[in-house]
Amino acid sequence: MASASASAFEYAPAPESRSVVDIAPSYGLFIDGEFTEAADGKVFKTVSPATEEVLSEIAQAGEADVDRAVKAARKAFEKWSALPGSERAKYLFRIARIIQERSRELAVLETLDNGKPIKETRDADLPLVAAHFFYYAGWADKLDHAGFGTSPRPLGVAGQVIPWNFPLLMLAWKIAPALATGNTVVLKPAETTPLSALFFADICRQAGLPRGVVNILPGYGDTGAALVGHPDVNKVAFTGSTAVGKEIARTVAGSRKKLTLELGGKGANIVFDDAPIDQAVEGIVNGIFFNQGQVCCAGSRLLVQESIQDELLESLKRRLSTLRLGDPLDKNTDIGAINSAEQLSRITTLVEAGEAEGAERWSAACELPSSGYWFAPTLFTNVTQAHTIARDEIFGPVLSVLSFRTPDEAVAKANNTQYGLSAGIWSEKGSRILAVANKLRAGVVWSNTFNKFDPTSPFGGYKESGFGREGGRHGLEAYLDV
Amino acid sequence: MSDRLTVLKTYKLYVGGKFPRSESGRVYEVSDSKGNWLANAPLSSRKDARDAVVAARKAFGGWSGATAYNRGQVLYRVAEMLEGRKAQFVREVADAEGLSKSKAADQVDATIDRWVWYAGWTDKIAQVVGGGNPVAGPFFNLSSPEPTGVVAVLAPQESSFLGLVSVLAPVIATGNTAVVVASENSPLPALSLGEVLATSDVPGGVVNVLSGRTAELAAPLAAHQDVNAIDLAGAGADEALAKELEIAAADNLKRVLRPQPVDNWAAAPGIDRMTAFLETKTVWHPTGSLGASGSSY
Repeated sequence: MASASASAFEYAPAPESRSVVDIAPSYGLFIDGEFTEAADGKVFKTVSPATEEVLSEIAQAGEADVDRAVKAARKAFEKWSALPGSERAKYLFRIARIIQERSRELAVLETLDNGKPIKETRDADLPLVAAHFFYYAGWADKLDHAGFGTSPRPLGVAGQVIPWNFPLLMLAWKIAPALATGNTVVLKPAETTPLSALFFADICRQAGLPRGVVNILPGYGDTGAALVGHPDVNKVAFTGSTAVGKEIARTVAGSRKKLTLELGGKGANIVFDDAPIDQAVEGIVNGIFFNQGQVCCAGSRLLVQESIQDELLESLKRRLSTLRLGDPLDKNTDIGAINSAEQLSRITTLVEAGEAEGAERWSAACELPSSGYWFAPTLFTNVTQAHTIARDEIFGPVLSVLSFRTPDEAVAKANNTQYGLSAGIWSEKGSRILAVANKLRAGVVWSNTFNKFDPTSPFGGYKESGFGREGGRHGLEAYLDV
Repeated sequence: MSDRLTVLKTYKLYVGGKFPRSESGRVYEVSDSKGNWLANAPLSSRKDARDAVVAARKAFGGWSGATAYNRGQVLYRVAEMLEGRKAQFVREVADAEGLSKSKAADQVDATIDRWVWYAGWTDKIAQVVGGGNPVAGPFFNLSSPEPTGVVAVLAPQESSFLGLVSVLAPVIATGNTAVVVASENSPLPALSLGEVLATSDVPGGVVNVLSGRTAELAAPLAAHQDVNAIDLAGAGADEALAKELEIAAADNLKRVLRPQPVDNWAAAPGIDRMTAFLETKTVWHPTGSLGASGSSY
């Protein structure tokens, strides 16, 4: 949909064709190299959040299926871990290449199932997915040189639970380093976005990956809990909410399971008075409205120096009015659908709390489609640090604006959170950027940019944003016995 | 001179650079391996543990902000001061662990050498575990290790001095501050170490030493919302306790170093204990582009 300021320069629709992807009416679990029904025959439906159209019916894994998948992974581990690293590398290189070949198909699929704009799946998700496999492929035969001793050993079976905001990218972050280091995996995709993981199963088939090395078990939280708690799982990796992360930490307490957690965030995006305003506005928009703000490292708290607050807000609102919300498959779309009805109601509840607590709401005037789950880009001014919207992760396209006067105050406010995942700094002054970056308690700091990812670069949080790093040399550690 | 009555030492805690008694006013009897009374050690309370966390938090900014070179100097100074007090520690370790004088001397030598080893690490660990990442795009980024914050350390029960320093030194070498619970039955070398630290340029609060019941002190430390990490070494023998502490630690997602069986604390330590309490921060910058004219050096 166009913004309210539609004019003679209105865009013509530019929808990407969905004929490149062939979605079957139903999918099974992927265990030991084969698609299979759930032991108890349970299924669930996955819908397109933009239209509420049912895309497919998916087998729902239960405890018996988890057990079967872990057994398959355990059996496969023996041979897979014994393969020379150079052979494992070649499998991963194959997977990377097949992903590149099928990237148009996967991008459309991901957009249909997740609701995010095609330009994001096409230009951000898919290239990064392939890059992660390509990067970790190269590590498989170089582990002796990774700085973890001369012959670091894999852990065994990795149980991995991933979220719905970047379904295929999170799969790549989890599976690529696990396989490169010689582990086998059982992965549970989110219940609202299981399709790309099931398509990935087909990629494993095309790549000739030995059976049982990768197993995919769609399901809900109980499936994840069964996987995490399975006694024969050696490593647990989870990306998702902080509350669930804490529950998982309690579950694995006292066991020998190695654990990494990538959890929530409430990233501060700090704009100093000497920042290049236009670039900062783009960075703020990218920081909080990328993927409808459903990003753990989103810059959801804007900290702006008081002297430029009015000017910046005016530019920001003007920019937000030009964002195009609507059909995610349209190549011009900036803001797609919220992933699920449940997530939409969570966002709505928190926004209502923001209004009730006295913060001032401003939403871009845009028409919301009549079906599907939508939320207009929104910002709050008059926000204090005590407000719920400044403290709790909203995980939606909602920005809280706070101000500061001095760099010290900016740092203090930025760090005043239980989270510590991301932060942004906007300033022309290099020495100030370095000083502030040094003091921020966050695992990733973007200076004069935001939401940049790369497989070579470690990513992960401080404090209650979890522990462990994914990406880069550091990402190997989670899957090695070190 | 055999009729001279020796002057007994009143052992005290080391918290915030000072030597308080336990606020609870309690002590417990410490004896040697044969059961002979050695001293009364403070029986720290939960309140003592909380006070120690406050002191450690207060010291964190200064210690983590000090240069790595400076931290190395301070750690080396600890070794220097210990060297001069060797006889005292040999006696205390021999009593605590029932060792011969020469075996105890080996332990103390190894402990001093451990401080020297970590003194040399302070300004090298960032180079070994951090670095620049070859990003695909017009950006550069650097990943650097940073201390995680306040670390609660349950010192090993059996190795009263070498074990203690083996778990404490890596924590502070990397810029964290520490609240240490000394070996329950053999706390005296740890309490005496406090006196050495106090005269070694280690800022007050960087290391805080508590003596008492490990389980009693560990519980509030594991549950404390302002403790960032916990080393469960000293809970190792009691698996139920270790699990309980790990569950409590999940509440604010503390970094947990689970107990690992260590047969020989004198063995080369490696860097695992340093990296266990480091965070990795990746800082991104755009590099811009100079276009064709500037692109080929």
